[in-house]
Amino acid sequence: MSHKKQLGRNVQQTRFALIEANLYLDTHPNCQEGLAYFRKQQQLYNKAVAEYEAAYGPLRAFEQTEDSYWNWIDNPWPWETEE
Amino acid sequence: MWEYVKQLEYPVRIKNPSPALAKVIISQLGGPDGEMGAASRYLSQRYAMPTAVAKGALTDIGSEELGHAEIVSAILYQLTRNLSMEEIKASGFDTYFVDHTTGIYPQAASGMPFSAATFQSTGDPIADLVEDLAAEQKARLTYDNILRLTDDPDVREPIKFLRAREIVHFQRFGEALRNLTDRLDSRNFYAFNPSFKPKK
Repeated sequence: MSHKKQLGRNVQQTRFALIEANLYLDTHPNCQEGLAYFRKQQQLYNKAVAEYEAAYGPLRAFEQTEDSYWNWIDNPWPWETEE
Repeated sequence: MWEYVKQLEYPVRIKNPSPALAKVIISQLGGPDGEMGAASRYLSQRYAMPTAVAKGALTDIGSEELGHAEIVSAILYQLTRNLSMEEIKASGFDTYFVDHTTGIYPQAASGMPFSAATFQSTGDPIADLVEDLAAEQKARLTYDNILRLTDDPDVREPIKFLRAREIVHFQRFGEALRNLTDRLDSRNFYAFNPSFKPKK
């Protein structure tokens, strides 16, 4: 698996853990275990997304940092496979 | 408001195009029990909810369904690359192609365009949450039917993910309904609509 794909997969997996924890906490807002799990995944996600964006560009438009041009619009977009 | 993350919630990497399969999977985009309908339903219903739990669940599940509509669209996009005219005609995809080429248009497998007539937003939180439970089962069974219609592992993987999410959403809506009814008169949940109080 390429480095980009590996980092991208880390982001996808940690973000999914956050999505799942988010929905669970919506209906269990006082669950301390759930909150601790969310907090842990949030740290892993923030690290994963920072690592990915530093190497391969923004996954979120407002995190764009390249000054020479607006790389937010660069290919590939998520529905395209990288060939 | 919404932010966009430039990555699918689950990966889609399909090696073998199939317009015949695209013809049926499109129902999970624009069909009666598809993701666009789910997102529209939940994001519409959330405004009338009287509990923070229901507002949170409908907002966040509705937002996830937008991400699912994107996954289904990615599946359809990849299933319709590099098609020959012979394949388009033989698969019956020609009736979609004539109006939409290989663009993505939200419709059911039957050809019916996406419609808000497939869902309700009643302003009654019990009715809405019970509809949502049914909606998640309808989405789940549609994914069951898609799994019966293809052996391609590249297609099956994201479809199985989406199916599993419907089951989780069903669980969450049940919890939101229970949280709501816990706050109503236990002798009669229907004594009044907690979302509507007419001016005297």
